[in-house]
Amino acid sequence: MWSGEIRFILIQNRAGKTRLAKWYMQFDDDEKQKLIEEVHAVVTVRDAKHTNFVEFRNFKIIYRRYAGLYFCICVDVNDNNLAYLEAIHNFVEVLNEYFHNVCELDLVFNFYKVYTVVDEMFLAGEIRETSQTKVLKQLLMLQSLE
Amino acid sequence: MPAVSKGDGMRGLAVFISDIRNCKSKEAEIKRINKELANIRSKFKGDKALDGYSKKKYVCKLLFIFLLGHDIDFGHMEAVNLLSSNKYTEKQIGYLFISVLVNSNSELIRLINNAIKNDLASRNPTFMCLALHCIANVGSREMGEAFAADIPRILVAGDSMDSVKQSAALCLLRLYKASPDLVPMGEWTARVVHLLNDQHMGVVTAAVSLITCLCKKNPDDFKTCISLAVSRLSRIVSSASTDLQDYTYYFVPAPWLSVKLLRLLQCYPPPEDAAVKGRLVECLETVLNKAQEPPKSKKVQHSNAKNAILFETISLIIHYDSEPNLLVRACNQLGQFLQHRETNLRYLALESMCTLASSEFSHEAVKTHIDTVINALKTERDVSVRQRAADLLYAMCDRSNAKQIVSEMLRYLETADYAIREEIVLKVAILAEKYAVDYSWYVDTILNLIRIAGDYVSEEVWYRVLQIVTNRDDVQGYAAKTVFEALQAPACHENMVKVGGYILGEFGNLIAGDPRSSPPVQFSLLHSKFHLCSVATRALLLSTYIKFINLFPETKATIQGVLRAGSQLRNADVELQQRAVEYLTLSSVASTDVLATVLEEMPPFPERESSILAKLKRKKGPGAASALDDGRRDVSSNDINGGVEPTPSTVSTPSPSADLLGLRAAPPPAASPAPASTRNLLVDVFSDGPAAQPSLGPTPEEAFLSELEPPAPESPMALLADPAPAADPGPEDIGPPIPEADELLNKFVCKNSGVLFENQLLQIGVKSEFRQNLGRMYLFYGNKTSVQFQNFSPMVVHPGELQTQLAVQTKRVAGQVDGGAQVQQVLNIECLRDFLTPPLLSVRFRYGGAPQSLTLKLPVTINKFFQPTEMAAQDFFQRWKQLSLPLQEAQKIFKANHPMDAEVTKAKLLGFGSALLDNVDPNPENFVGAGIIQTKALQVGCLLRLEPNAQAQMYRLTLRTSKEPVSRHLCELLAQQF
Repeated sequence: MWSGEIRFILIQNRAGKTRLAKWYMQFDDDEKQKLIEEVHAVVTVRDAKHTNFVEFRNFKIIYRRYAGLYFCICVDVNDNNLAYLEAIHNFVEVLNEYFHNVCELDLVFNFYKVYTVVDEMFLAGEIRETSQTKVLKQLLMLQSLE
Repeated sequence: MPAVSKGDGMRGLAVFISDIRNCKSKEAEIKRINKELANIRSKFKGDKALDGYSKKKYVCKLLFIFLLGHDIDFGHMEAVNLLSSNKYTEKQIGYLFISVLVNSNSELIRLINNAIKNDLASRNPTFMCLALHCIANVGSREMGEAFAADIPRILVAGDSMDSVKQSAALCLLRLYKASPDLVPMGEWTARVVHLLNDQHMGVVTAAVSLITCLCKKNPDDFKTCISLAVSRLSRIVSSASTDLQDYTYYFVPAPWLSVKLLRLLQCYPPPEDAAVKGRLVECLETVLNKAQEPPKSKKVQHSNAKNAILFETISLIIHYDSEPNLLVRACNQLGQFLQHRETNLRYLALESMCTLASSEFSHEAVKTHIDTVINALKTERDVSVRQRAADLLYAMCDRSNAKQIVSEMLRYLETADYAIREEIVLKVAILAEKYAVDYSWYVDTILNLIRIAGDYVSEEVWYRVLQIVTNRDDVQGYAAKTVFEALQAPACHENMVKVGGYILGEFGNLIAGDPRSSPPVQFSLLHSKFHLCSVATRALLLSTYIKFINLFPETKATIQGVLRAGSQLRNADVELQQRAVEYLTLSSVASTDVLATVLEEMPPFPERESSILAKLKRKKGPGAASALDDGRRDVSSNDINGGVEPTPSTVSTPSPSADLLGLRAAPPPAASPAPASTRNLLVDVFSDGPAAQPSLGPTPEEAFLSELEPPAPESPMALLADPAPAADPGPEDIGPPIPEADELLNKFVCKNSGVLFENQLLQIGVKSEFRQNLGRMYLFYGNKTSVQFQNFSPMVVHPGELQTQLAVQTKRVAGQVDGGAQVQQVLNIECLRDFLTPPLLSVRFRYGGAPQSLTLKLPVTINKFFQPTEMAAQDFFQRWKQLSLPLQEAQKIFKANHPMDAEVTKAKLLGFGSALLDNVDPNPENFVGAGIIQTKALQVGCLLRLEPNAQAQMYRLTLRTSKEPVSRHLCELLAQQF
């Protein structure tokens, strides 16, 4: 069942530990694990001279590395590469602002908040909100709630 | 320690996560988790009612444990309870747990839906959004049924908050994609289109996605969105870089919304209304103009955002394909990117130019960049960029530059990555055929392909050259001369031998006048290759020889001598033996006239489309290549470069086997590795690697914005992924195996060929060979009726975990099987690790309009990967003792089902795959065997002993292996055979 332009979003570290997995398509647990491993294998061998895009099965992965973390978005082959590449960066800047200099451990200890950030910015596999100001304002409001 | 102390953190959760991170081993982690699970379970079961905070904390811990990869089988009820809390943080954790963990058929769904209903009605925007996000994340049919009617109302209600509208739009999109039938169209649809005018850009951003989806399904109903989208786009594009404030990203106004609007417009042809169209063209020009302006920032974010819009604009221009001026401008812009220092831009420019090349307006403009593209093919470091360059060369090829492009591709092939060689070979073969002016060039090109990349030249390619030579008598003499010369090379590829054998068998007479290529010379040249070739090639050569007897009566005695030799007449391979016997008899009993009739030159092949093109499309999947090829066809219909050429592409598809006599289907070359499968294997290698190790390498404390993209160690790799996963149905898509499936499977445990299945319509024959952990299987599907089968599609399915144990690559077969005809399918099999269940073979087709389907078990059992091992009695007993753990042994005592004949038993055991060891068992009546099961991941040593008791008509079978399930499984398989 297709649902959404984005098939999944993954954040992984170099060792292959998943820091976030957000699925916009139905997969069973085994498939998810397989995809996670495949994505890791595919992106970690690439270097700065490579593009930020990799063909992946019938889709493509748009990814970007920040320190030890790979942010990967899987989309349709004819989706706009640069728009998703910058969507990743926009997301990372929001995380950075929200967690005040975000680092990998923030994502580990606050995994449940990261999902909220994702849902503010991406929903049903589509880009929901792109304004950093608006997203952060909303996140701070939620933070203040009990 | 970051974040742990940030206000609302749950202390107990942070402590638990720290504990887990401090675990030194997997065992310690599991122990800690089990302790925690016990603790949570007792809290949930305890008499004391838990407060909301504790419940939230424990549910969150369960979620964390689940995300670590452990099963969670309780806590769902507590999570559902959290949904009705009136505290945001508790509700949020509840919804998160539900979204991640609860599957749609859960019995809790009624309770969950109830909570969602309350939140949707709460008028509290925060709670409404949580509920909407939950629906969007789960997206199940049950939720669709419950809420599909409510959400449009929320979306268009005048008093809904902006954030709620955003979520509602995308939530509705999700439900609509999952179950369009549940979303009622109605009055709201008109109002949805007007969300394009909404003041809040976030609402527009979300709404465009929904509208695009609705337009794709009902373009006519949503036509009004065109003018709204154009005016919105126009306002964004013409705004200054700071006008849009929050929605300006690195000086680019609303890049994502612009891209979405441009994509929405691609659902439609160019606007009919002249004013709207004029305004849109103005927008597109503005974007192209801005690309030429100096950047407002040096940051890559600025140029990426700007170029995201630019590339989408170019996509729209190409989609319209009606504005020559814009198309040429787009092409020039992309031309600049071809030499940009950013690899991303070079890649995208090549990709985008590929589609431009198929427009008649921009084809010539694209061609001017040929040297840059050839250079990219030679120098780009990233294989995917080189691949795009190859695609583009293919797309821009026409008669004017075909020779240059083909020769550059041939040169590139010598050093090309293995992953893309087969594709390059196919492209070269297609271009050479399509743009051949003189066919000697075509023949030279294909022979060069075989010389340079013989392993990657698939059957389709070399069948095709044979067809073209057969159908064009002006090139036959040249072809004969050229293959004769090519075969002189000391080491020539087996595919060359096949092509050479076939062509000389047909047209060797055309060069026989030259004493340097006289009939005896031709024969001895071919025969010098014979012994090094695979069975299939030898079979083909035998056919060439019998044709020689007709063409050159003077070679008759020599050739009869060859056919008569014991190595042919008593060849272990039944195919070779049969050919030798039949050809020898034919040459002895038939008169010259009869011989001349039977062995006449092949008639021209019927004219059909090239199968190479079809193959290329299959390789590239449904996306890129078909668009590409369709594009090419458009071009030729526009007479840019098609039209006047000779029409080689009207020659036929090959018969399944290039058999000279057309008497029977010879198996295709066993020696030529199938490049497609090599590719897949590479991917499998990656997917098998256990990637998840404890995090050692990275420094998680490092703030990751501080350093963008530090260089990673480079390593060569195949980027291509499985070309056909979408076509591979899950087990749920096919029916259960037929009742006889097990019985049929058993027939093949000890043998590798025979009839796997037969009914009134269809016969399925199988022939397979296995070596080490690899196997190749040929399936022959025979249509027993006189009516064509349609939509014929045999597929191999791996149920469950078999996917990780066995890799089976199938070549697709033609969708039609004529009455009385047989088609063949080749399967490449790799045993990755030990497995217990065979893959399933599902065959579907239409016979006289009625769908037929059939599921069988594919005769691939673990023992096929047996390698017999000889050993002395002493070694045998020593190993036997080493495998003495109770679980390593499996034993079965059973009644004989067949007469107890020692010779038959021996043959079966050998067929099973193990070596038979004589003089090991003190009792000469008993059989003892040994072997190793070869899988990619591991080897399993196996010892077996079979003790017949003739008096009781019973056997006792004992298996010992290093792996317990293997012992049991082998024992069961083998016990069925006696």
